Amino acid sequence: MERQDEWIRVERTSAFKELVQKRKAFIIPATIFFLVFYFGLPFLTAFTTVLDANVIGAINLAYIYAFAQFVMTWVLMHIYVSRANRWDDLVDRARREAAEGDETSDTDGAGRSE
Amino acid sequence: MSDQAISIIFFVLIIALTLGITVWASRKNKSTSDHYVAGGEIKGWQNGLAISGDYLSAASFLGIAGAISLTGFSGFYLSIGFLVAYLVVLLLVAEPLRNLGKYTFADMLASRFNKSSVRSAAALSTIAISMFYMVAQLNGAGALIELLLGINYTLSVIVIGILMTFYIVAGGMVATTWIQIVKAVLLIAGTLTLSFLVLAQPSIGFNPINLFNEVDSQIGSEMVVPPPPAGLVAGLDVISLNIALVLGTAGLPHILIRFLTVPDAKTARSSIVTATWIIGLFYLLTPVLGYGAALFVGQDAIAKQNPAGNTAAPQLAEALGGPIFFAFISAVAFATIVAVVAGLVVAASSAFAHDFYSNVIRGGEASEQEQLRAARFTAVGISILAILLAIPAASLNVAFLVALAFAVAASANVPVILLTIFWQRFNTTGAVTGILVGLISCIVLIILSPNVMTGPNPEPPLTPIIPIEAPFPFVYPALFSVPLGFLGCYLGTLLGGRGAEREREQGVQVSYDEIRVRSLTGISNIEQEIHEATPQEEPRTT
Repeated sequence: MERQDEWIRVERTSAFKELVQKRKAFIIPATIFFLVFYFGLPFLTAFTTVLDANVIGAINLAYIYAFAQFVMTWVLMHIYVSRANRWDDLVDRARREAAEGDETSDTDGAGRSE
Repeated sequence: MSDQAISIIFFVLIIALTLGITVWASRKNKSTSDHYVAGGEIKGWQNGLAISGDYLSAASFLGIAGAISLTGFSGFYLSIGFLVAYLVVLLLVAEPLRNLGKYTFADMLASRFNKSSVRSAAALSTIAISMFYMVAQLNGAGALIELLLGINYTLSVIVIGILMTFYIVAGGMVATTWIQIVKAVLLIAGTLTLSFLVLAQPSIGFNPINLFNEVDSQIGSEMVVPPPPAGLVAGLDVISLNIALVLGTAGLPHILIRFLTVPDAKTARSSIVTATWIIGLFYLLTPVLGYGAALFVGQDAIAKQNPAGNTAAPQLAEALGGPIFFAFISAVAFATIVAVVAGLVVAASSAFAHDFYSNVIRGGEASEQEQLRAARFTAVGISILAILLAIPAASLNVAFLVALAFAVAASANVPVILLTIFWQRFNTTGAVTGILVGLISCIVLIILSPNVMTGPNPEPPLTPIIPIEAPFPFVYPALFSVPLGFLGCYLGTLLGGRGAEREREQGVQVSYDEIRVRSLTGISNIEQEIHEATPQEEPRTT
């Protein structure tokens, strides 16, 4: 039971809440975006011919879209990693905040989590 | 000396050298520190290379090049899907997995559901996925040796299968990280050289646009334009393929293991960055290889050697680079296959030995030596089964077979992994039913489909194993089996609804609070870590 309270104490720190909120705010829209972008290509090629038009020589829109998926993957990956590296500080802060709570109000903390 | 003799001699030399380096490196590695500790110290870029090595299998090198050389644009879906899949891995799975898991992906599930039934189900799906993947690799190896030595496919598969099993069981287990790194470097060097040779042809003149123009004018525009819409079933089949490709990676046991060998989530992240650049650049070159083979080897010559195009890349190497370069590319492809099969056998046999034999059958009491023996026996058993299954798969494209392995992974493992991380109400019954429903529905749909039975579409050209009409018209099952996997998790959770609370009281399920904090922060030993973080001096902020 005590072990359980320790986890809850971390969960209740403002740093942890901020971490959860920041990750959600990035990951949910980013995931929706890349899935829509990804499935756009097979949908358009399997059910329509709109991507058949040539753009540069014999390279058609479908290939341009396909190459764009590579660029999209690399760009989104780097955006995520640069943010996630900043979020790592929040993890340290959550640890410290939970520990401070431990120091100052041990009995209080256990009582609160009931 | 004939060209073939030169090729064979060089092939054997390169293979001997590669395996020699691997064994030497792994011995050195072994003496410096314990296997698992070494795993924990692997650097981001090393792990990135190892992930690339695991991932770029015969499917990528032989299969995709062959598929593009014979069918054009639709072969390129594989490249795109195999790459974009890393966003699913990076954004949703890798870090929580690193923070929750220990040695296998079943450990990660077991961190929340401490029940042997979860481990058994996860071990079962790991073995099934590895099996599909291995059949694909042996199929590629068989086609390659058939081309190189001129012996028939069945004999090639048997000989190669036995050789590989011997290599792995006799002591290659520790060597897998190193063989992946050596092979990833070789494969990239080989692919870059081969692409360079294609682009250096006078008709291309280092302009990739000319490559597309040449294919368009010499072979026909149907090789460059996506295949025309062919009705609802065919269209949905394309979507189904793409679902398996983009989700499958996040459920591949031998790739997931790689995220458990790094010290923290940050390293897991940076290893994905390295892997995604290498893998992406490789896949970007697949049209050069595929179209190059179609132009400079010729589609008829490719299809004559192997009806699924599995030998297009080595044939291209022979046509443009002569017997020695052909030997080099064949050796690279061969090392690729050995390396990937090694990784798969390790994943499957450790799933069996660690998750099933030791924890379930022996109740966690099997000694290290007994575990190792169980792992060796499993490795041999799995290899024999894979050899037997690879023989009737002769006419199939390697990448196609791997796409089926991806479908199984996406259906059986991905729903459970995602829900373990993100769904508060998820419980043991849900996890077990989810894995089993995803796994069984996917395999049953493959058996009932034109992959095994007679289908309406001549494309892809499949020889039916069971000559009755297929009741399930789709070639790729993921469109149905992935939702079924999620449904299995959901219904199982409802069925076991009250059970979850009881489980928590009995201590066989960990609270979601713990999972949530652990998966996001990587804190595992909470009492100690909170204690250590207690400020010794002035806190840095405010």
